[in-house]
Order: sequence, then structure tokens, then C-alpha cells
Amino acid sequence: MRKLTYVEALNEALHQLMEADDSVMVMGQGVTSPWYVGNSCINLIDRFTPSRVIDTPVSENAVTGAAVGAALAGMRPIVVHPRLDFMHYAMDPIANQAANWYYMFGGKLSVPITIWGIINRGGEQGAQHSQATHAMYAHIPGIKVVMPSTPFDVKGLMRSCVYDGNPVVFIDDRWLYRMEGDVPEKRYSVQIGKGKIRRKGKDLTIVATSYLVHEALAAAEELAKKGISAEVLDPLTLKPLDEELIVKSVGKTGRLLVVDGGWTSFGAAAEIMARLAENEEILEIKAPLKRLALPDSPAPASRTLEKNYFKRAEDIVREAAKLVR
Amino acid sequence: MKKAEAHLPKGLEGVARDSVMRLHQSMVTIRTVENTVAESITKKEIGCPCHLYSGEEAIAAGICANLRKDDWIYSSHRSHGHYIAKGGSIDELMAEVYCRQTGASKGRGGSMHLSSPEIGFPGSSAIVSGTISLAVGSALAFKIMKTDRMAVSFFGDGAADEGVFYESLNLAALYKLPILFVCENNLYSTHLRITKCLADQDIVKKARAMGVRGTSIDGNDAIGVFKVAKRLVERIRGGRGPEFLECMTYRHRGHVGPNYDIDKGLRSKEELKGWMKKDPIDLIERKIIASKLATRRELDAIIAEIDGRVKAAQKKGLSGKWPSCGSDSAFVEASWRCKR
Repeated sequence: MRKLTYVEALNEALHQLMEADDSVMVMGQGVTSPWYVGNSCINLIDRFTPSRVIDTPVSENAVTGAAVGAALAGMRPIVVHPRLDFMHYAMDPIANQAANWYYMFGGKLSVPITIWGIINRGGEQGAQHSQATHAMYAHIPGIKVVMPSTPFDVKGLMRSCVYDGNPVVFIDDRWLYRMEGDVPEKRYSVQIGKGKIRRKGKDLTIVATSYLVHEALAAAEELAKKGISAEVLDPLTLKPLDEELIVKSVGKTGRLLVVDGGWTSFGAAAEIMARLAENEEILEIKAPLKRLALPDSPAPASRTLEKNYFKRAEDIVREAAKLVR
Repeated sequence: MKKAEAHLPKGLEGVARDSVMRLHQSMVTIRTVENTVAESITKKEIGCPCHLYSGEEAIAAGICANLRKDDWIYSSHRSHGHYIAKGGSIDELMAEVYCRQTGASKGRGGSMHLSSPEIGFPGSSAIVSGTISLAVGSALAFKIMKTDRMAVSFFGDGAADEGVFYESLNLAALYKLPILFVCENNLYSTHLRITKCLADQDIVKKARAMGVRGTSIDGNDAIGVFKVAKRLVERIRGGRGPEFLECMTYRHRGHVGPNYDIDKGLRSKEELKGWMKKDPIDLIERKIIASKLATRRELDAIIAEIDGRVKAAQKKGLSGKWPSCGSDSAFVEASWRCKR
């Protein structure tokens, strides 16, 4: 099959969505720039009318609110924030307006908006250019959160988000952008709320999100050399979480390690562990449920500190090995 | 028609009798609803917080009279007036303040969250300045879709305390969007007087600084508001970009609920009295009678009829079914294809 990088697949998704449907629009910082937003929006402005490809001023709050208002009025906007750090400014239109609209007005109008936030960390960028805040959005009722980890899934999930009919926070990671994978040329959807088994195993279940799926797969390879068979799960959607997939796997392996790129406390890993802890179907747990996430401290700048701060395959191997003794 | 209007007193010129009478009817309906709601709060029939519009009726009536059904207006926590002026069902409004299943938002919203998309009222939100950017976005959609529809954003002077107010005005001017910003300046942001909120209280100047044409008028003169809005709406529909209209007014009652906010020294009795003398309904009735559009007796008959309608809506609202707990999850997620 044809190979594309993650960012090429994402760009193709945007092109195909916009050419097929006049109500799809992309707005946010850098969407007409040849290099900003990591080339993900390249050539959109050359093909579509400028009113549907809007490179906005740095007014995250009003721009996101405008996307919500456009969605209410019949468009299917994709509003992009080149860094999740900047998206904090847009919390009101996301959490107060978009998330509540459908419920608060008795189901009269829905908000078909895709709020695309990018994790862009490393490179000594420091605390305000590094955040992975997916768990914050997953906490809000009325908001779905997806975190595609492969070129195939990024293309299919972007389409599903645009046509979901609800506000979806779509979070990708710049560390994924150059990864290659099989991507069909045709249009297709990847279902929101369904996770995937990335590697089969029997000794322990590793649930990893976004970029860390790849670190977990590398870790599983290492673990195999030590005689430990790890099953790697990729939820793809954080909310609604594919609980069934995880329960089934842990029911088999009896061990769980959750690996997440957000902070440890009250994060995505905590929620996944809680779901397992509450589950009554799993009869035998062979080791304590475990998580590996960022320390509860802001992201550092210095490369020596960064190395310790962000988690890699070797950290996963270490934690997993402790569970299977 | 021209001849008949020639002798009308100043301020009525150019406005037809029907329009004036409709303004009056709209304003009286709003006032009657608000008085009914106030009484109902006192009787503890209403539990949700209600921010009453009494005293500001001329603005909603004057603006909405110039709009089409498919124009969208966005409103704030103080939204009853806008909803009624745009043509919202009084039955559904009353049922919603009683938080019943029969309400405008099926009892999920309460007074601050009314919705009636079919009359161009997508929803009112309780976050100060929260819907200004949404209105801008709907105007953007109307422009992209090449329609001649427009959006109106209603907010109070307190909105100018928020950063998103400035961002939104800038976007509207930058993209030349079909939107009218209406600032209902009632001099108070919740309990706090405008002088304690804005170092410079000239809000129109702020709008102009963002690149939006703006003007300030007497918000208690319904006919004046109507005439200015007519001109602005024509300009906006003509593709000339956004307009900003500040309407100076005063809310008779306090920030929230039926009281007057004079008990705790938040506002002075003298100030309230002074503004009561400029009551927008008194003002339009005086003009109507002076220009012989209707007699006092005819106006009283209109008021009595409206009173009867509101009382009936109240009764219906109070007897509406309460939402049942089992039905709640249905509203969390929209269907795959949204309804519109």
C-alpha cells in the first residue's frame, strides 16, 4: 500500500474534506503559512477560497468562539491551535459554550466543531511550549477527545471528528509528524471510541496514548528479549474510552501499565486505572495497576532535564519489568 | 401616509403607526413577563436565577423590529427581552423559568439559557462576553455561505471588561462581517458601578479603536432605537461590515432577582427614581397618545390583553411536566447528522 508520513496523511484528510464539502473550513494560526503548523495545512490556501482557510490573529478565545458560532450556523469548522499551551486561552468557548450547548438547550442545536490542538514539545522549548493537556478536555462532559497515533488513523479520525456532529478535541503530537505508514488514497473514517491492539501479548497490558504508542512498541520489543510478552493497546480516543478493549486485555494478562504523555496526577492514566479498578469482570489482578506519566512539574528547558522529564521506551521497559517478576 | 405623519411630534416622523404600536406591544410583553417572573420568584415558584430586563425594553424591541426571522441574535444572562422581541414563545419561556420539560430548553437551561433556533435565537449564555465571539462566527458563516443574513450580539457594559470583547470586535472589523454589536449600558456590571470597572467609560471609543463604526444613543427611546437600528441594519446588510451601537439605559431591578439593589447601598434611591422617570414604556405611551396613534383607553386594552396572555403562559408553565431523570443522557450527544 501507499506510504505517507503522518503529516502528509493529515494534510490529505484536510484536502479531501474541503474538496468534498463546502461547509468544511480550517481556521487558526498559521494555516496559510508554508511552514507553520508543521506543514499540516500546506496548499489548502492555493486550492480553496480564503474565506474557508483563515489564518487568524493570535486571538485564541475569539477565534475559537467564532468557530463555535460558525458551527452553530451550519459550517463544520476545524479550528487549529499550533500548541496546546495556547489553547488555554480558548477554554471558555470550548468548556462553557461548545461543550454545553447541545445539553443546555435541550438538544436544539449541536456544535459540529473540531478543535485541533497540537502537542509540540522538546527542543528546550520550556513550560509554555510543551504541554499535553488532553486530560483537561476529557474531563468536560460534552467534549470528545481523540489522539491519533499513526498516519492511517490521523486521516480517518480527522474525518470522523468533522462529521461527528459534536465538539471533538483532536490532539496530535509533532513527534509523530515524520512517521511513515500505510494510508489508502480513498476517503475513509476511523471510528471514534474504538481503540486498537498494536501488539499481542500475554504477560502484561501496556495502554499507551498518542506518540507513546510507538515508545511502548519499542519497549515491547525489548521486553520480548527478556522473555516478557507485552500486549500494547492504543485507545486512539480518550473520551469516550474503549473500556471493553482494555478490560478484555487486562482480564487476560492480569497486569496493567498505563503510559501517558500528560502529567501524572488526575491525568488520563489515572482515569484508565480507575476504570480497571472499578471493573467487576476481572477476577485476577497479578500486580498493582501502574502508570508512567510526566512528573507533576512544569516542562523544563535544559536538555539534561528534558531527557529525564519526557518518558521513553527504556522507562517503559523498566516499569513493565517490575510488574512481571 | 406621508401627509398623516407630517403632524406627528418629533421623534415619530418616518415611523409608521403599525411599527410604533408593535414596539409598544413588544415592550409591554417583556415588562409583563418580567413582573410576572418577579412575583413568581417572591412566591418561591421559581428556583433558578433570573436576571430581569425591566427598564431596558426599548433596546430589544427597537433592534429586533428591524431583523428578519433568519437573522440570528445572541444574548447573555439577561435574555428574556431579546427572546421575546425576536418572537420567542412566551409559553416556552415561562415553562423554562419553571425548569419544566415543556420549556424552551426542556428544563435543562433555566432563565439564563433560552433557545429557539426557528426564530433566530440559537441560545443565550451566562458567561459575560461569552456569546460575542459566537455571534461573530455565525456572521462569518452567513458571509461564507453567501447569504444576506446577519447576526446581532447583545451584551452589557460589563462585557467591555473582558478581553474577548476586543478580540471579537477586531475579528468582525478585520473580516468585514455582517454583525451589529449592541451594548446595553445600564451602568452596572453585576453590583459594581461602571466607574469602578472601566478607567475610560467611553465604550464607543473602544469599539472605534477596534475598527468598528460606533455610536451611542438613548436606549430608553424605543422609536429612536428603532430608527437608528434600521439605518445600521441596512448598512450591514449592504455589506459594509460591522456596526456598534451603545444604548444608554438602566435596569429597574437589581442584577439578579426581583429586588432593586438599593438595600445594600449598591445603587441610590435617587438614581433609581431619576431613571424611573425615563421609563421607556411611559415614554412611548406618551408619544403614542400625544400623536393620537391611540388613546389611553386603547393602550390599557392592549396591556390587559397582554396581561391575560402572560398569565395563561404562567399557568401553563407551572403545570408543565418536570423533566424525568431517565431522559437526561439523550441530550449529551448530538446525532451524527445535526438537526438544523
